Amino acid sequence: MNLLKKWMGIVWILLGPLSVYYLVKTALHQVSVHPVIDTKIQWAVFVIVAIPIAIGLVIFGWYAVKGEYEK
Amino acid sequence: MSASTKNIWKIISASSVGTLIEWYDFYIFGSLATVIASQFFPKTNPTAALLSTLATFAAGFIVRPFGALVFGRLGDIVGRKYTFLLTLVIMGGATFAIGLVPSYETIGFAAPIIVLLLRLLQGLALGGEYGGAATYVAEHAPANRRGFYTSWIQTTATLGLFVSLGVILVVRQSLDADSAVSIRKFNEWGWRIPFLVSIILVGVSIYIRLKMNESPLFAKLKSEGKTSVNPLKESFAHKTNLKMVLLALFGATMGQGVVWYTGQFYAQSFIETVCKIDFGQSRTMLIWAILLGTPFFVVFGGWSDRVGRKWIMLTGMLLAIVFYKPIYQQFINLSDTGPYLTQTPVSVTQPVSKNEKVGENTITTTTVTKTFADGFAYTQRSVDTVFADAAKPVAHAPTNYIERKLPSSVYWKFVLLIFVQVIFVTMVYGPIAAFLVELFPTRIRYTSMSLPYHIGNGVFGGLTPFIALLLTTINTGDKLVGLMYPIIISAVCFVIGTLYISNKIDPDVSD
Repeated sequence: MNLLKKWMGIVWILLGPLSVYYLVKTALHQVSVHPVIDTKIQWAVFVIVAIPIAIGLVIFGWYAVKGEYEK
Repeated sequence: MSASTKNIWKIISASSVGTLIEWYDFYIFGSLATVIASQFFPKTNPTAALLSTLATFAAGFIVRPFGALVFGRLGDIVGRKYTFLLTLVIMGGATFAIGLVPSYETIGFAAPIIVLLLRLLQGLALGGEYGGAATYVAEHAPANRRGFYTSWIQTTATLGLFVSLGVILVVRQSLDADSAVSIRKFNEWGWRIPFLVSIILVGVSIYIRLKMNESPLFAKLKSEGKTSVNPLKESFAHKTNLKMVLLALFGATMGQGVVWYTGQFYAQSFIETVCKIDFGQSRTMLIWAILLGTPFFVVFGGWSDRVGRKWIMLTGMLLAIVFYKPIYQQFINLSDTGPYLTQTPVSVTQPVSKNEKVGENTITTTTVTKTFADGFAYTQRSVDTVFADAAKPVAHAPTNYIERKLPSSVYWKFVLLIFVQVIFVTMVYGPIAAFLVELFPTRIRYTSMSLPYHIGNGVFGGLTPFIALLLTTINTGDKLVGLMYPIIISAVCFVIGTLYISNKIDPDVSD
């Protein structure tokens, strides 16, 4: 179980930047499709909020890899 | 009833009533968003519309977690009692003030700016309230009943929604004997009543809370001079605590937030916008499901004292992952107009046509309401474009079947399907206050538990309707595609929770 916890840590580390990449890509696409201030504000808020959460997921994954959650 | 048992019920009442009122205050703004927008944020004015977007997104996603940090810190330095009194005063004052703000027509731009600021204050106060109430109750509760007693706090978010829906429905219908006139009066000025009523509720709650004592665990820490000097630093800059904050967020509150918002908010929006169910029926369905489901917060909270918090919460998430699609498919099937299109209605209203000039062309909208033998009814709306150039044929848009009214048996099937989703909510949400309280030490508990709670609920949960709608616009062919967001987030949370969370109940939260 402890080994699985560590290996899964790599998944969480990768998931952080991947989700931000997907979000930014979607945001740019949506803003180009609907270039109004409402859409820009809405997506800007999403991206600003998502970045620290994604950093948190990377740190969580790093702690998992380092065995911080082992019993 | 022993003195200590009497005391804990007083504590639960004082905490729960205040938290319920805060949720009520927060929800009425959301429930009355359309009316508020017409009063303060006219669509024709781009700046006012921009302020409206800010009020919607900033209050939920940015200010709530920020409120968790501001008031969490205060609660760990000054004390739980005075901090959650302060959040109540801010919330009540802001809500009452929204009810008093003159409209955009009367004072111009000052109106949307004042409303935006007041809405941000509401978000800030909500961010500070929950952690304080949950901590306060948990620090009074005996170790073997912590899940049970804190689950009363958990009922308040759902009851707050219930009370807000109820108050709005009652006020909307009671301003005049004629229902249509009553609704018109409500949209003109009656919407202010639910906001103004809040001040009475808040006044009573403040009076009750003022008479309460400080949490015994915090009072002891303070008398010993062991309270935290810098709770933010201790909570988020030290690995030992930060790793538990991250675990709480990714292994519990993130999944809990999306299950909650799907069961109570997305369900309502789906029933109204996809199934096109009549406004009154959709609201009363939700009220019934909430009323019947709310006792289960206490059932699962109490049960978690015996079997642990982890598996109840994760089972709720797993059931949501497995059953969301079948439940929503049932919503679509049960409200389908297809079988009725070949039947003869028992009554048909006179067609009502409205003509609108768009450029040189005329758009004619015709509505007719048909009722069938089993009680099913719908309003059929056809939109035809008559071109100025007579050589062009009339263009017919696809017919819409709106304001569907369900027969009694189908109505109750809808209530049952929403109720099942509320049960998932009670499973993930009932034990979570006890779970969070047990994860963190007394000196930084308020700060540490508030942030993951409000990111999980405010950000992950609050995003549910927007992301679901966005997915629907990207993949228009699949009406259930919006569910992929709560299903994926719950699945990730389920895996993290299963792997990393312990099911052990902390017997001592005085550390």
